[in-house]
Amino acid sequence: MTSPSTTADVVAPKTGSGSDNYLVHDKGFLSWALTLDHKRIGIMYLASVLTAFALGGLFALILRTELLSPGHTIIDHDTYNQMFTLHGAIMVFLVIIPGIPAALGNIALPLQLGAKDVAFPRLNLASYYLWLLGAICMLTSLVMNAADTGWTFYAPYSTTTETAVAPAAMGAFILGFSSIFTGLNFIVTIHKLRPPGMGWFRLPLFIWALYSTALIQVLATPVIGITLLMLTVERLLHIGIFDPALGGDPVLFQHFFWFYSHPAVYIMVVPGFGVIGDLIPVFSRKRIFGYKFIAVSSLAIAFLGFLVWGHHMFVSGQSTLAGSIFSAITFLIAIPTAIKVFNWIATMYKGRIHLDTPMLYALAFLWVFTIGGLTGVFLAVMNVDIHLHDTYFVVAHFHYVMMGGAITALLGGIHYWWPKAFGRMYDEKQGRFGALLVFAGLNITFFPQFIMGSRGMPRRYYNYLPEFQDLHRLSTIGAYMLGLGFLMTAFYLVRSLKSGRPAPANPWGSRTLEWTIPSPPPYYNFHHAPTVTRGPYDDYDTLVYDEKIGGYVEKTPSA
Amino acid sequence: MADHSHGATAGDGHAGGHGDHGFAHTTPLSLLIGILAVLLVLTVLTVSVTSFDLGAQGNLVVAMVIATVKAGLVVTYFMHLRWDRLFHLILFLTSVLFLILFLSMSITDRSEYDRDIESFRASQAQAK
Amino acid sequence: MSDPTPQAEPKSEGSTPRPAAVADAKHAGNGHAQADEHHGHSEHPFLAHHFDTPQQQFEAGKLGIWLFLLTEVLFFAGLFCAYTVYRAIRPEVFVYAHYFLDTRLGAVNTCVLLLSSLTAAWAVRNAQLRQHKHLMVNIVITIACACTFMVVKYFEYSHKVHDGLLWGPNFAPKEQVWELKTFKDKHPEAAEYAEKLAHAAKHAEKAPAGAAAAPAAHGAAAAPDAHGATDEPSEPLPKPTLEQVEPLVAAGLVGEKAESPIGVSRPRNAHVFFSIYFFMTGLHGLHVLIGIGIWIWLLFKAKRGVFGPNYFGPIDYAALYWHLVDLIWIYLFPLLYLIH
Repeated sequence: MTSPSTTADVVAPKTGSGSDNYLVHDKGFLSWALTLDHKRIGIMYLASVLTAFALGGLFALILRTELLSPGHTIIDHDTYNQMFTLHGAIMVFLVIIPGIPAALGNIALPLQLGAKDVAFPRLNLASYYLWLLGAICMLTSLVMNAADTGWTFYAPYSTTTETAVAPAAMGAFILGFSSIFTGLNFIVTIHKLRPPGMGWFRLPLFIWALYSTALIQVLATPVIGITLLMLTVERLLHIGIFDPALGGDPVLFQHFFWFYSHPAVYIMVVPGFGVIGDLIPVFSRKRIFGYKFIAVSSLAIAFLGFLVWGHHMFVSGQSTLAGSIFSAITFLIAIPTAIKVFNWIATMYKGRIHLDTPMLYALAFLWVFTIGGLTGVFLAVMNVDIHLHDTYFVVAHFHYVMMGGAITALLGGIHYWWPKAFGRMYDEKQGRFGALLVFAGLNITFFPQFIMGSRGMPRRYYNYLPEFQDLHRLSTIGAYMLGLGFLMTAFYLVRSLKSGRPAPANPWGSRTLEWTIPSPPPYYNFHHAPTVTRGPYDDYDTLVYDEKIGGYVEKTPSA
Repeated sequence: MADHSHGATAGDGHAGGHGDHGFAHTTPLSLLIGILAVLLVLTVLTVSVTSFDLGAQGNLVVAMVIATVKAGLVVTYFMHLRWDRLFHLILFLTSVLFLILFLSMSITDRSEYDRDIESFRASQAQAK
Repeated sequence: MSDPTPQAEPKSEGSTPRPAAVADAKHAGNGHAQADEHHGHSEHPFLAHHFDTPQQQFEAGKLGIWLFLLTEVLFFAGLFCAYTVYRAIRPEVFVYAHYFLDTRLGAVNTCVLLLSSLTAAWAVRNAQLRQHKHLMVNIVITIACACTFMVVKYFEYSHKVHDGLLWGPNFAPKEQVWELKTFKDKHPEAAEYAEKLAHAAKHAEKAPAGAAAAPAAHGAAAAPDAHGATDEPSEPLPKPTLEQVEPLVAAGLVGEKAESPIGVSRPRNAHVFFSIYFFMTGLHGLHVLIGIGIWIWLLFKAKRGVFGPNYFGPIDYAALYWHLVDLIWIYLFPLLYLIH
């Protein structure tokens, strides 16, 4: 590799310890703690989010172990309530909402735009520290008398209980700002830092998804902010907004809470759609089917998501009029979602499928998310929801979409961008095994919960009738499988950092811009923003696999 | 990306450098002061209207209309949206739209189930 | 070691490559400078490395601040929603409360904020035209107006504390509403009637059991019995006129919305208004304080003379924030002070 100007060298440059990249460019703790490099910030987010995931997962395993038998198994009922509250709060606010945007988005977004950084790098770092501060605040609740209200903080219990609700609520408040600033940053980056030739309809679908998510983040999160603030002030000063004993309205609290928390679930899952949208064409070696439909459907889901929050409140005392309106609009959301699923499947049709680990996660997503999404439509029917509300059916539904949707996509994305971010390939066999274990564990854990719920097993219950024990046990076995799958995955991923094969610039043969620069990228990303002349999923035929480097390169004319 | 047109900076008697305007549109000073005058007049108006009784909702409607006119002036001229990108106006109107969505659904719902609350309270009072 | 130029795609005819940008110390994160091509960034010391032109940087910041303002609107939305819901279903609480408020101080604050909005917009002009002295003057006036606002607010709050008009369970007004000048001026007959009712209710308490009768809503007579009471003989009250009783019902002092069925009291959950009042004005006041901090920081920057036609973003963005603070007050004022 003597002349650096041929395209072959561009896509297969020197890797290994000799070259400079963003990981080694500056050394020392402060160079990470005060970094403005989006890639380093993304890595910090990734490590933090996965640590929080491990903690939330630990609580989940304790809960599932407790549920092996009715009555007391390993913890008492008050501790149980605290445990499911913290499990939910950590998973929702610390893991899944930041998850894909903050970790994968930060690493990949500017790279996919051929940009040097996001629009506001200092704001980006501030977002990360706000996450950290929010996490500390929330965990303060854990070490004090942890909140036992459920992650939904319903009044008047949350305004009157003795447990430490204020730290948990204020932690979520701070995390909200982290989310808002990330969303704000991404919107401006996507508007202002696109390279020449990259119009809106040449953006990778991951970016369309991040854009839609960012719009939701910016519009919805302030409402949970004010809600949690009002909750905390009500607790401390007894102002009487939500507590009926003081003249307040508890259903109003639910309106305020769900006005954010429903769009929040789209913050959780739409980035997942984006990851899948980037994975499927690459691993099918085929251009995406219906690009514009998929792009616009992300915006449609974001918009419709704001109109349906009352479907969480059918049995809360909400009027039937409001309930009917919310129910009807909820059915509509199935449409853009289904369009995505159909288009992804159409993309795979007559493609050349490569069952690498990221693709296995993408396929798992299709299966698991479809089940989760469909059961959501069941719950949207008011008269069905009256029976299923607050049962395990709901628990199974949202775990299928959150675990099977958001987390599966997060794992797929981690495995996809891992070589780019760290310059190392992980062991593919272990990757595939981990994916299968996670998929199996997921289904074994949560499918029995659909059955339990439809037979009447309520959620958040410490004790239960003996007739549910077998299904609970099955679910717990699945949970341990899931935990094992995640542990295995963590293990081989971390190991690859030391002993993985050095990664080429483009191991997967993708056409998006981040794969045109070395793995790991230089700290400045691109000297000049490249000019873009085609879509992000075009011309896979012009890439050919090079055995020597284990990655894809441009076909040279003579070859 | 469209450039902003250079606004008129001459003709308002302002001494100062007129060299390199860069890409900025400068709002004419006379316009700014004029808008303040209108805003102050509207404030006086909105206070004096309270001395008339316009019925249960009438005063509220008038007050909100005047407030919206004032807000419109601030947003259009002080906040420069008159000469700014359309997208910023869309963003601002979107936030107002979502505010209205939030308010209207909450009020609708509350008005609907308020009857239940009141009849419950009445029956409780009778039972005593 | 050379950095390969990433040109995976051939440049199409007619497209101009964007100018190279320098990688500067900020990007390295801890002060290590990397010497690279210098194109335009040395002419514009405030141009960040990841932007190509000052205009691009300005426009990015402008979009960013508008997005932030969007979040602020939705942040206050929750409080406006709580206000609207309670006013819609408990109008008597709001009618009751407004007699306690001083419209003049609110109006003064409105004018003060409007003036500060002018000086903020004027300051943007000054920055664009490189008028450093005028810029500093306008920033100082903006800060002064903001401080005036906070001082007036302090007086308002201390009046309320003194009068016992606080939130939640701390709500304990020292004066009865019909004793207030605002009530007496507007509804003199009703104030008189309320006095009589209160008097009669007190006597009825002292009388043996079975004495007091609840005054019914709208025009019914209230007639406390006198059963051999040792105090002054109480006569049955005459049937009240509409002028006498309607304002009392509207303010929830008598009737089914009142706290007590006997005599004249105050509406149930009267404190909710003041809870909302303190929350909304308090949160708004916090935003004013933050604004003061931002303007002080910009004053120091302006003193160094850094602003000009290519770099006036910070003033522009701060002014936009400030206008939003003003906008929120434009709505708060009639909603809280001009209730009829």
